[in-house]
Amino acid sequence: MTAPPDDCLARNEWICGDYLSTRREILTDAVLQHLELTALSVLIALAIALPLAVLARRWGLAAGPVLAVTTVLYTIPSLAMFSLLLPVYGLSETLVIAGLVLYSLTLLVRNILAGLRAVPEDTRQAARGMGYGPIRLLLTVELPLALPAAMAGLRIATVSAVSLATVGAIVGFGGLGNLIYSGMNTYFKAQVLTASVLCVVIAVLADLLLLGVQRLLTPWTRAARA
Amino acid sequence: MNTLTDAWDWLADSAHWAGDDGIWHRLTQHLVLTVVCLLISCLIALPVALVLGHLGKGGALAVNISNVGRAVPTFAVLVLLLLTPLGKWGEGPTVVALVLFAVPPLLTNAYVGMRGVDRSVVQAARGMGMTGRQMLWRVEAPLALPLIMSGVRIAAVQLVATATIAALAGGGGLGRIITAGFNLASTPQVVAGAVLVAVFALLVEGVFEAVERLAPGWARKTGKG
Repeated sequence: MTAPPDDCLARNEWICGDYLSTRREILTDAVLQHLELTALSVLIALAIALPLAVLARRWGLAAGPVLAVTTVLYTIPSLAMFSLLLPVYGLSETLVIAGLVLYSLTLLVRNILAGLRAVPEDTRQAARGMGYGPIRLLLTVELPLALPAAMAGLRIATVSAVSLATVGAIVGFGGLGNLIYSGMNTYFKAQVLTASVLCVVIAVLADLLLLGVQRLLTPWTRAARA
Repeated sequence: MNTLTDAWDWLADSAHWAGDDGIWHRLTQHLVLTVVCLLISCLIALPVALVLGHLGKGGALAVNISNVGRAVPTFAVLVLLLLTPLGKWGEGPTVVALVLFAVPPLLTNAYVGMRGVDRSVVQAARGMGMTGRQMLWRVEAPLALPLIMSGVRIAAVQLVATATIAALAGGGGLGRIITAGFNLASTPQVVAGAVLVAVFALLVEGVFEAVERLAPGWARKTGKG
């Protein structure tokens, strides 16, 4: 009879190199699912938020209801949001994505609208005076000027989505959240800590990536600061 | 729509309101958790933010702590705390996690509010011979009140949300109705619990909205809020 192995897994330590090497596949799958959940939901939210914000900017009447609905959506706790979507989507990945879309949407609409509203009236008039039509004004003047505010919203939405995706573990599609959930039930310290740290790493990397994109897209803000 | 009527029937059943797993008990737990943790967080965050804001120091910390708070998943922190020795303490991990996530918005908003006070007003107060303490309490803190309150509001909503997730890690509160529903594979119970949580969160938000509207003009947020 052999003695049980005396490694960090058997001792259930928080930090465990063996965990990383033996569970590499599980970790990769969880990270990939996490990235998929986050990226898909933020992109879908962006595709919906942009027209909504432009609409709310154009017709002042629409702004009130749009902002009110987004505030209500944002107030609903994530666990309740996923649960409310259960009858619609069942236990599926779509449910988690739909819930994350609703949160990201809120943050994006608010920020893009704030960015559009902050475009100086003088600038808009100057563009109109140069013969710009409404579409050209929107695409070449208003949206670029709203970009820094919109990107700030996108960064907040992405970081929040990375963090909230873990709650998707309740329906079995939470990316790294699944590992945290199962690690909790089996009292597996290394798994919980590793998955948590990876979540934060993904959030930070995504934030830095978007910051880089923002710098590339808005070279004029850098010139102004220098 | 069938699920909604089922959820309504679940809520209408008086048996679901009584007992240790009943709605009343879970609602009380949720309310107590939220209020107690909000008080603890205010006691921790506000003095620090007021003093830092008054002195104009530690701005980077006060502002960035909110970004850090957003990047760390609440669920992960709840589970991590549960697995530490603190986990043996019943609601201990929940309370600590709730406070950890309520402090950043309080700190950031109060600090930004203090720094946003018109410098000429502060200089006028100093010119009138006010001491630092008088300036803090009679000039800066009252003028920063709208932003401090919006920090408290954000923290309260955050607390309600985090207390719900705490149910996943074995904590009490309305979230337990949802997790129990998932364990029983009872969609009506899950939806009913979610409706209760959503209504609770919206009520908390509504209370702060009402307080803000009833407040005297000087203590209200101005346009730029």
